[in-house]
Amino acid sequence: MTTATTVNAPAKKAKGGKFNAQMIPTIAAVVIFILMLIMGQVMFGTYFRLGFISSLFIDHAYLIILAVAMTLPILTGGIDLSVGAIVAITAVVGMKLLNGGAPAPLVLVIMLLIGAAFGLLAGVLIEEFNMQPFIATLSTMFLARGIASIISTDSLTMPENNGFGWIGGEGWKIIDNPKISNDLSINLGVIIAVVVVVFGYILLHHTRTGRTIYAIGGSRSSAELMGLPVKRTQYVIYLTSATLAALASIVYTANIGSAKNTVGVGWELDAVASVVIGGTIITGGFGYVLGSVLGALVRSILEPLTTDFGVPAEAVQIVVGIMILVFVVLQRAVTVLQKE
Amino acid sequence: MTEKQPIVVMKGITIEFPGVKALDGVDLRLFPGEVHALMGENGAGKSTMIKALTGVYKIDAGSITVDGKPTQLNGTLDAQNAGIATVYQEVNLCTNLSIGENVMLGHEKRGPLGIDWRKTHAEARKHLAKMGLEYLDPRAPLSSISIAMQQLVAIARAMVIDAKVLILDEPTSSLDANEVQDLFEIMRKVRDSGVAILFVSHFLDQIYEITDRLTILRNGQFIKEVMTRETPRDELIGMMIGKSADELSQIGAKKARREIKPGEKPVVSIRQLGRKGQIEPTDQDVYAGEVVGFAGLLGSGRTELGRLMFGADKPDHGEYYLNGKKISVDSPYTALKNKIAYSTENRRDEGIIGDLTVRQNMLIALQATRGMFKPIPKKEADEIVDKYMKELNVRPPDPNKLIKNLSGGNQQKVLIARWLAVHPELLILDEPTRGIDIGAKAEIQQKVLELAAQGMGVVFISSELEEVVRLSDTITVLKDHKKIANIVNDDTVSQATIVETIANSGKEA
Repeated sequence: MTTATTVNAPAKKAKGGKFNAQMIPTIAAVVIFILMLIMGQVMFGTYFRLGFISSLFIDHAYLIILAVAMTLPILTGGIDLSVGAIVAITAVVGMKLLNGGAPAPLVLVIMLLIGAAFGLLAGVLIEEFNMQPFIATLSTMFLARGIASIISTDSLTMPENNGFGWIGGEGWKIIDNPKISNDLSINLGVIIAVVVVVFGYILLHHTRTGRTIYAIGGSRSSAELMGLPVKRTQYVIYLTSATLAALASIVYTANIGSAKNTVGVGWELDAVASVVIGGTIITGGFGYVLGSVLGALVRSILEPLTTDFGVPAEAVQIVVGIMILVFVVLQRAVTVLQKE
Repeated sequence: MTEKQPIVVMKGITIEFPGVKALDGVDLRLFPGEVHALMGENGAGKSTMIKALTGVYKIDAGSITVDGKPTQLNGTLDAQNAGIATVYQEVNLCTNLSIGENVMLGHEKRGPLGIDWRKTHAEARKHLAKMGLEYLDPRAPLSSISIAMQQLVAIARAMVIDAKVLILDEPTSSLDANEVQDLFEIMRKVRDSGVAILFVSHFLDQIYEITDRLTILRNGQFIKEVMTRETPRDELIGMMIGKSADELSQIGAKKARREIKPGEKPVVSIRQLGRKGQIEPTDQDVYAGEVVGFAGLLGSGRTELGRLMFGADKPDHGEYYLNGKKISVDSPYTALKNKIAYSTENRRDEGIIGDLTVRQNMLIALQATRGMFKPIPKKEADEIVDKYMKELNVRPPDPNKLIKNLSGGNQQKVLIARWLAVHPELLILDEPTRGIDIGAKAEIQQKVLELAAQGMGVVFISSELEEVVRLSDTITVLKDHKKIANIVNDDTVSQATIVETIANSGKEA
């Protein structure tokens, strides 16, 4: 990545520091995640266990995928509010089809296509009808949630031998420890999440589409005047975020083994929180996929940590709120420092 | 000279906007290896012409031929593909990215694993070096270099696409003398490599220094294409304004100066008023019935000083006196309470409220000074609206029309009415005549003089020196966020005086 070199740049005062300044919130997310782990370990003694780490990833693979999905629109200064509802509709449709006897590969493809369709719709609303991404995806969110509820309001369980559950199942033990709590295991869901993260990183940092995303976040009108394909890129963004939401739905449903029309309520905001905690600036232009992943991990570890501390489950959201506040203040401070 | 073939031929270009013909059959020819200037007053159609060539506007009639091929330009990408690159007055780059990324955006070097950043930055360095900018680190953020340097980077970017035509739209308006020389050096390099450059600038000295050929426009019409060397300045100005040099001195006649009597107290007086990063501590007096002009280039601090005097930006330094009494103006609300009004230069975003009617726009400031629980009685409101509709000749004369449907000039009149309705002692007008047609312009200028004659103190801020010189009693000259001169505008003062004041202060620095 970008290591600020100071090769023969005479009289252009120390600016290596500026690039680092952009990374401060992301670095802060790393530090906080590690601190939380250490704190958990010191106080409760279970956090360094491989079993804990394994389940942290297995249980929250879906959130990591959603955080990557949300990073794209936020980098342009937009947002995709529909991801949680897309999880719901794809999960409900997927379970219905599985229970109806459809083969698993077909179900997977259909789920991804439904996600893509909602992304396309959002893209059309934003680019062809000039709607704000907030409003456009708010409407697709209600649409997706509404259709999910029409299809079924029951809790749908995965049928036996469905060829689907293995994505989220126990997976493989990499380190088989005599003590079960020290097993390091991984499942396909986690692997999918890792692939998504790598995909997000390559997309953003090693493709022209990715650079256009950053350029739009810097200034859409500049990007247009530079002749960059802004419109096409916007479609790519919302198609990708919605399709990734469907993928998150697959991973989550396979892990849980059931689905309901109310699944994923508020997940879009969890994803936004992860992205913001990870150091991406909500107005666009600055941020990293890896930051969002860390944000998702911080968000994930909050629950066991606050529970162990004896904070009632109802109050976890307050802690999340405070964390977002702290990170946004930090970002403001960084932006002000940069302007100086 | 004549055997040279033009690279771009625009013929009979006509562009109509609702109700106005912005361009009416304009011709333009650009030759490789030449710098060509598009000349004309504000509103002559220069920027419309440029937007036609960059594909931003669709032409209603006429033809564009690039390199002998008839070409349709439907968007900036089409123009780029045809080899036409543009650098705009306000630098259109992304400050969140690095210098090298900005140069190469959309043209990054790719390897098997996507963008190869090492190669991309090397390529960026090569393009920067071609412009003599090899000392810039392509990995440094764009925000770390000055606006002037960013402009040069924008040119380097334009050349990445192997442009055959480079359009520079007022690139010098925010540059100082040294920066302009840097820019010209680069322009000469680009020109000598066989590129046709289209250059727009308001500075005649620059035009005569750098250009080879001129096309003159006036009120959207093509006047003439001439060679710069063969055209004396007064003839050029005559063609731009549509009057002979002799006639020019006639309409340029200034208003009779209002003499300040010894011992007279100013209405408004500021002492060392300033705000860090926007305007250095400044002294300024405005007397009743006086028009004080603020002159200076874009970014000189002329708008910043006006905003500070209205409290639109909060001063962090200095004192403010109204009729000798010390007051505190730290917000538009306190300014209004003290009968100080400011009409913004940014009419669309900070001035009008588009979805309200003319009447509502006119009354909104007066209502604000009364507080929300004391509505203006309908009869009184009717009288006020009626009075200003007539006095300022607002067209169409229907106060219940949405203001966004009015022309720029009439919107401006409504905004002035808005501030007159609060009976200010000091009225600050920031660019009241920008982008409006010539008739409305004259009406507004006339109104300014009338208001001063009635005893109001007026601050008149404009980028057009001509009107500043013609309307003002005294002229405050600003540069680099600093007041550099206070000129008593007597008969010896002309636009040249101000230009020289600005230019000379640069040499000392």
